[in-house]
Amino acid sequence: MAKDSSQNASKERQEPGILPISARLKKLPWWALFLLLLGVLLIYSILKRENYRDAFEFIAPGLQVTLTASIIAFAIALVVGLIMGMGRISTNPITYNIATFYVEVVRGIPMIVIIIYVAFVLVPFFVNGANSLGNLILTTSWLSFLGGLGTSLSTLDITQIDPLARAIAGLSFGYGAYEAEVFRAGIQSIERGQMEAARSLGMSYFQAMRYVILPQAIRVILPPLGNDLIAMLKDSSLISVLAVRDLTQLGKLNRSRTFRTFETWNTVTYLYLSMTLLGSMGVKLLERQLHSGESVMTSIRNLFSKLRPGLSRKQVSD
Amino acid sequence: MSEKIIEIRNISKSFKNVQALSNVSLDVNQGEVVFIFGPSGGGKSTMLRCINRLETVDEGEIIVDGIHVTEPKPDLDTLRAEVGMVFQLFNLFPHLTVLNNITLAQELIRKRKRDDASEIAMNLLIRVGLPEKADSFPDQLSGGQKQRVAIARALAMNPKIMLFDEPTSALDAEMIREVLDVMMVLAQEGMTMVVVSHEMGFAKAASDRMVFLADGKLIEEGPTDVLFSNPKETRTKAFFDQILY
Repeated sequence: MAKDSSQNASKERQEPGILPISARLKKLPWWALFLLLLGVLLIYSILKRENYRDAFEFIAPGLQVTLTASIIAFAIALVVGLIMGMGRISTNPITYNIATFYVEVVRGIPMIVIIIYVAFVLVPFFVNGANSLGNLILTTSWLSFLGGLGTSLSTLDITQIDPLARAIAGLSFGYGAYEAEVFRAGIQSIERGQMEAARSLGMSYFQAMRYVILPQAIRVILPPLGNDLIAMLKDSSLISVLAVRDLTQLGKLNRSRTFRTFETWNTVTYLYLSMTLLGSMGVKLLERQLHSGESVMTSIRNLFSKLRPGLSRKQVSD
Repeated sequence: MSEKIIEIRNISKSFKNVQALSNVSLDVNQGEVVFIFGPSGGGKSTMLRCINRLETVDEGEIIVDGIHVTEPKPDLDTLRAEVGMVFQLFNLFPHLTVLNNITLAQELIRKRKRDDASEIAMNLLIRVGLPEKADSFPDQLSGGQKQRVAIARALAMNPKIMLFDEPTSALDAEMIREVLDVMMVLAQEGMTMVVVSHEMGFAKAASDRMVFLADGKLIEEGPTDVLFSNPKETRTKAFFDQILY
């Protein structure tokens, strides 16, 4: 029985062209087709129906805010994550404990609470700190050469810090902890001999990291990082609690403006899904490309050349 | 010739409950080839790794070419650039071509221009017999070829001392010779070498002095021909009986 089916399987692999119709139907990705159908239906509605078009036109500008917030916050989170991830494997007890404190605390708090906390506690705290520092500069005679800086610091007002900036600060603060763990795992996946070889050639710890360890680790961590970017895109909807006019916030506003719940949330859902599904397709392709054993940059370039047939394979292979 | 370049004084080292080295002393002279052998777990590799501070000692002192290795903050960068190390598992950088494996540290540490570094690397590749592999990646090489590249990589830094940590132990039998040949030439050219290995043939042919380490203690040392033909300690004799036909 088992033998039969395995023989069938190998036959199917060899001659995919002459599968019986029923087997081919079974293999079709029906879920994707159904999704596509829903998408087409929605695009049709947006083009043809007043209510949908109105909702779409109101909500669509939120795309830009959502993308901006996600991408900037993710870039900052990567920097935070790299630094904290290296702190997590540091032999220096101070660095290690600071990094671990950050990672453990942040990962134990819901993202929405982190965003609120950063926006309404940490940012005002730092603004207050800046104000006192500015006052100190202004009232200390030997610091008078910093007068201009002192004035701008002491008059910095909390209302000057725009909600989008606070939202980005919150998202990157929260995601930095997750990226730190991704970087830590990636670095630790590289065998110890690599660091020893680099160090025994006279490289400093940071040179060894920069030229030997990280280039290898990046291959391991690129797919999880891609997944985290997609997760960030979804979690960016939480910044709507700060009244940032992202997709979700515009959805809420549109619903209360028009009372058209169906049209509003269908549109919002559709816009999120089209971004996240495209994103995860990209990550899957990248994963497959990385698996082929090429260097990371070559993999990314080859991926783009596949997506853009205009660019010839020859150009990117060198 | 008889100038001391490595001085090891009474070093001890333990890992958790295991005493890896206890009270070991050894001097190595300029241009000398010292062959360290003994049973597995006897502290051979640990001692070698202490010399360029991949491990720190618990007690004792190591001075390499005037640098006090065992002090809290030795001049590690100078030390490691002067001491080349070859590992059992090669530890080539898999993301770089053979050529770039050899040029990376030259450019970073020796501050050589790209072209100069490449030229030095190519000359070394010719020396180890692999000039045609310059653009290959480590994955495309056999074990013996990898180890020859690793030797070239270490030599590119113009070290005064070369440490070999079981350089042939991970190789298939038919590849051991090509690596030993490269090491032999190096020894003949007067490189100071400390070799941890089980290749007794190499010891006989190339080393000046042999050191027998077991259970973290230096059991016996002496000129190669003397120690081979007439070991004093029963422990050494027993080891020879075990490994030689």
